[in-house]
Amino acid sequence: MSKVLAWTAIVLGCIYFILPMIGMAEFSLSMRRGVYSLDAYRVVLADPVFQATFGYSVVMALVTIAFGVLLVVPTAYWVQLKLPEMRPVVEFITLLPLVIPAIVIVFGYIRLYNTSSWLPLTGTVMGTNLLLMFGYTMLAMPYMYRAVDTGLRSIDVATLTEAAQSLGAGWVRIVMTIILPNVLGAVLSGAFLTFAIVIGEFTMAAILDRPAFGPYMQLLGANRAYEPAALAVIAFAITWACMGLIQMVSKLFKHKRAQS
Amino acid sequence: MAFLEISNLEKSFGTNRVVKDFNLSIDQGEFVSLLGPSGCGKTTVLRMVGGFETPSGGTITIDDVDVNGLRPNQRNIGMVFQAYALFPNLTVAQNVAFGLKVAGVDKAQTRDRVREMLELIGLSDLGGRYPFQLSGGQQQRVALARALAVRPKVLLLDEPLSALDAKIRASLRREIREIQQRLAITTIFVTHDQEEALSMSDRVVVMTGGMADQIGTPYQIYNQPTTRFVAGFVGTLNTFDATVTDPATGVVQIGETSVVLNRAVPALKGAAVTLAMRPESATLGAGQDGDLILKGKITEVQFQGAIIRITADVGGQQLTLDQFNRAGSPPPAIGAETSISLPASSLVVLVA
Repeated sequence: MSKVLAWTAIVLGCIYFILPMIGMAEFSLSMRRGVYSLDAYRVVLADPVFQATFGYSVVMALVTIAFGVLLVVPTAYWVQLKLPEMRPVVEFITLLPLVIPAIVIVFGYIRLYNTSSWLPLTGTVMGTNLLLMFGYTMLAMPYMYRAVDTGLRSIDVATLTEAAQSLGAGWVRIVMTIILPNVLGAVLSGAFLTFAIVIGEFTMAAILDRPAFGPYMQLLGANRAYEPAALAVIAFAITWACMGLIQMVSKLFKHKRAQS
Repeated sequence: MAFLEISNLEKSFGTNRVVKDFNLSIDQGEFVSLLGPSGCGKTTVLRMVGGFETPSGGTITIDDVDVNGLRPNQRNIGMVFQAYALFPNLTVAQNVAFGLKVAGVDKAQTRDRVREMLELIGLSDLGGRYPFQLSGGQQQRVALARALAVRPKVLLLDEPLSALDAKIRASLRREIREIQQRLAITTIFVTHDQEEALSMSDRVVVMTGGMADQIGTPYQIYNQPTTRFVAGFVGTLNTFDATVTDPATGVVQIGETSVVLNRAVPALKGAAVTLAMRPESATLGAGQDGDLILKGKITEVQFQGAIIRITADVGGQQLTLDQFNRAGSPPPAIGAETSISLPASSLVVLVA
């Protein structure tokens, strides 16, 4: 009896999640009357605005990942090595973006860095891009920090550091050649999550008025019928690809560690 | 001045003084072991020499240079850790080459030095492997080669054999000592294993409570312990409570028996002292003329292969003695009455 109930729950859950996606995918293929076609996808992919916004978001994601890695890896490393008693505080700070809505953060940014402030970042395109990248880094922080911290805990950070120091290495070399390569799996997991977050992010990009993929999806959704569905499927595919890559990478590194 | 000089070294963590007024001079090429139980401060002393802990007081000089203000990467020391600490992302050869790369040694020289080091540790054909593909003993050898590749002034070994099984430990012990002697590198070895310390070292520092209790050659430490702690920590020991009756000629009283030690005792007449004796000093049966003879009853016999460890009850005190196993001479029976003889010269007077 309980088995039947369990299966019913699973089936209902699957229907709840999968049915809308099937509907969306089916609708995205229905642009041409009477037959299934990839017309909506063709239109979307050929749209220069799609290419521009998607390209912009990809570049922003890569820059965010680079900045996030440079910020999070040394921080998590330093906390683990020298300030273990600060770990709860740092963890709390990195989790804040989960409870503070993006809209609050972005309005805070605008309030602090507007054109009449002491650091008028919103006054230039580059400054606004920079601000958006900081915002993205913050949104991705809970995932990036957690992934890197877990990676660092799986290696003997203190002894490896001392071994490298005794061989003459300074901090930069230790982080770049010893610590980072050994938490690369964790960093890549964090990086793929960051990528997925940045590609789909709407609030920050819209309010800072940057030509990102999120606002483009919203705009298209408000004005077209079939293309938004195609775009949503594309966005899903990107997210799933990122998740698949995380699985692949973590399996690869786990396998390597298991042998050691 | 000695090559490595540690003077009045102090270390406190909060109110806890873990190293107290520690002094040690080490000559170039000498192998010195810091031996003691857990928490005696031996690793802290080593870490201060390496620069991984900052002394609360005192000085450390290496080759006439005060290294107190230098960071670990400026001290030119080689360190081998208990947990191997090989870099998992680098191959064996890359691990060995790491320090040379940091020092900016050119590629050809690095290659030659790595080859030389791998030959030294007998792992020439494993240069391309990753640490996880090696056994514990091999990993520790690579760690040693990595530490030696940069030609450090001092080699620090922090319980490098503790994580290995007994057989590999014994062979690696010999190997480390052999390499150290061949390269004549000044070495400090931290261990809690007395057998390791005694068999490998030129000198042993026995530590307790953050202080050096006794510094001496392994022979001195074992045969002439100066404190009760050293006597008790290094090897097995029988102790007797005695009273000094004539300090000048060394006559002491153990219960009813008067024992002539034939040497001055550093204590006043009537003072209570402890006499200590190693298990191998005593023999069953009548010994040589002049030996002290004690009557006892065998209470335990442990057959350990080459050695038979016998425990006897002597006037209410348990006395342990070791006899060589000889074919044709079976171990004594438990409960047998026996006489035990020991030369007076084998009794060590412990005042502290």
